[in-house]
Amino acid sequence: MNLEKLLVPVGFLQISPELCKGCGFCIEFCPRNVLEFSEDVNSRGYHYPIIRKGMEMSCSACGMCQRICPDYAIYLEKVEKIPAKKVIR
Amino acid sequence: MSSSDRFRLREFAVTSLTKYYEGLEQVIRTDRMPHIFCPGCGLGIILKGLAEAILKSGIPINRHVGVSGIGCTGRLPGYLRIDAYHVTHGRAVAFAVGLKLANPELEVTVVGGDGDIVTIGGNHFIHAARRNHDINVIIVNNFIYGMTGGQYGATTPTGSYTTTSPYGHVEYPFNIPLLAYASGATFIARWTPIHYAQMVDAFLQMFEHKGFAVVEIIAPCVLYGERNRFPSYTDMVKYFRDRCVIDHEADLRKIGISLDPKEPLVIGNFYKVRRKTYEELYKELIERVSKEGAKE
Amino acid sequence: MKSFHPRLLKPGRYFMQGNIATAEAALIAGCRFYAGYPITPSNEIAEWMSRRLPEVGGVFIQMEDEIGSIVAVLGASAAGVKAMTATSGPGFSLMMESVGLASMMEIPAVIVNVMRAGPSTGIPTLVGQGDIMQAKWGSHGDYEIIAYLPSSVQEVFDMTIKAFNMAEKYRVLTIVLSDQVIGHMIGKLVVPDYEEIEIIDRELPDVPPEKLVYPFDNSRLIPPMPIAGAGYRVNYDSLTHDERGYPSVDRDVSFRLVSRLVRKIRENEKAIAEWEEYYTDDADILLVAYGCTARSAKEVVKKLRRENIRIGLFRPKTAWPFPWWRMNELSKRVSKIVVAEINMGQMLHLVREYSARDVEIVHVPYAPGYMPPPSYIENIVRGVYGA
Repeated sequence: MNLEKLLVPVGFLQISPELCKGCGFCIEFCPRNVLEFSEDVNSRGYHYPIIRKGMEMSCSACGMCQRICPDYAIYLEKVEKIPAKKVIR
Repeated sequence: MSSSDRFRLREFAVTSLTKYYEGLEQVIRTDRMPHIFCPGCGLGIILKGLAEAILKSGIPINRHVGVSGIGCTGRLPGYLRIDAYHVTHGRAVAFAVGLKLANPELEVTVVGGDGDIVTIGGNHFIHAARRNHDINVIIVNNFIYGMTGGQYGATTPTGSYTTTSPYGHVEYPFNIPLLAYASGATFIARWTPIHYAQMVDAFLQMFEHKGFAVVEIIAPCVLYGERNRFPSYTDMVKYFRDRCVIDHEADLRKIGISLDPKEPLVIGNFYKVRRKTYEELYKELIERVSKEGAKE
Repeated sequence: MKSFHPRLLKPGRYFMQGNIATAEAALIAGCRFYAGYPITPSNEIAEWMSRRLPEVGGVFIQMEDEIGSIVAVLGASAAGVKAMTATSGPGFSLMMESVGLASMMEIPAVIVNVMRAGPSTGIPTLVGQGDIMQAKWGSHGDYEIIAYLPSSVQEVFDMTIKAFNMAEKYRVLTIVLSDQVIGHMIGKLVVPDYEEIEIIDRELPDVPPEKLVYPFDNSRLIPPMPIAGAGYRVNYDSLTHDERGYPSVDRDVSFRLVSRLVRKIRENEKAIAEWEEYYTDDADILLVAYGCTARSAKEVVKKLRRENIRIGLFRPKTAWPFPWWRMNELSKRVSKIVVAEINMGQMLHLVREYSARDVEIVHVPYAPGYMPPPSYIENIVRGVYGA
């Protein structure tokens, strides 16, 4: 398989720390384990999801997080097609 | 929270909803975001799913009416930008019956919790099902009275700990699909919010169905979970993910919910049958009376 | 010009039962939805409606209980159809929850309460007047309703039409406090020409549906009412709500809303309240009675006037709002007031509250279930008068 030519989707997520209530559904249901809780808390004291260090290109854009976020605090901002070689490590 | 902060949050919610499904921000009252539901609650997902189904239903949004009673779930239609009526505890089904009979063009959807619909409103529920009114009832079953602080209700599994059953619950719970079936409902489904696509599909079938449609949504509730083996926000949804079995042909007598970690939780679109609705029968009656004349 | 359905009761003279006159009046007023639960002595209304509503294109439904009945009535009214229910004491008690709901959501509706003897199941087949206070104070919180007190078949007909008009005009729940005697009495009824009957419909928003509509606009005492399916997409809430219908716990929002809910009736009470006076001009003793009791009371006045006893009758035709200003004026002119009613003292409280301080007030209680005969009231009046 030519990993240079094969294009895979990569998602870029937008997260609103202030809308988030820290339920962790997005973290639990992310198939690639891209998300984790922040060290920081928002103004209401909730830990919100952040992208794991080094996982910035690992989101496969499945959209599960935005689908099940009860507070509409996370969404796929854009999906890019990137050669598989750059993603697979 | 300052008004500019609020505005920014609202903008984010609008973008998030539009990105997810074009037009959702028109059906959800984003000016009321963030909503009041707890972290770990499934109602936010159900709200989005219902909004998506309303958009996809093909029925003009102006004809959709939401009715709800009291409780956490009772707040849900108020977040939808449709005609919504937030009435007294347990009375949503009766109010919906009045709306539908007065204007059969309306697509009336009742959204209520287990306490609202099958406990205090149980009588209205079974009789509306028996008469087969063409209304939709979404019962969000979270096994507990959430808004009042976690008291047991008619669906609380035996043995559960709640604020009013500190020594363990000694009653048997309702099996909602079986209750709906026995009462005469003509469409019965059960899903959870994490089965999002199937849930939206069940809502669409419910809108399409002519007759009394019942969709039970098993929802995670932190107030139930924290006392009953599901202490963290995600424990209940993990249980749903791991233990749910989709069986459309399930025997309704055997799908009561125990929330036992070893027991399966059966979900699916269980039952669908076409039977003349009260509205259709009454319309025929009016036509007959106007043709044959009054009874002397 | 209003259009009247060809199958409505035609103008003319009739000999008709009170309950059936109530049903026919509702149909003429435009009622096209009835939800109810069987209860004596109101059953004739439901039976007649079940027969007549399909003829005029309306809907009749017998619900699972009185709670469901009144809630379905409110639902139908929210969809823009004039709706009513009829009941009696125990059912009226069950409906109390929704009296508050109707007030909070400002949905017009009519309850006909054919009063029977209480408390509890009491005597289902016999008369009572024990729901006067409950009609106003039965639901929790502050609210205002309108309640009529018919005392003849003609009046129950007229007042039922009026009840629909007032409900629509003020976006308020209106109650017709009929009673078993009036409901089962067969009497003379004159249905006037339709042109002479005033029919009022609720005010709808006059802006197109795309425009923002405030269903609870506090800048108006009675805001226009957007109905379900009209495209305004509004939220009606039983929680304390702001002008958009959104729930609120704000102190000012609560005060603005609840004060408007009571002001819309209190500021119009002089236009709503009605009463009848009989020989009150030179009266020294004032009889206060209403409903079927007023029929006995009138006989007493007629008889005693023949003996030149200066007695007059004050008959409130609306219990709520109570014509308190007239009560006050009359109380200053008389030395004694006798209140006759079929209960242990309900309107007595209103008479006491609004009468001049130095006037002597005597109450004539009567056994729930029975209408006091004129002789009974007469004897008490004679005792008071000292003649």
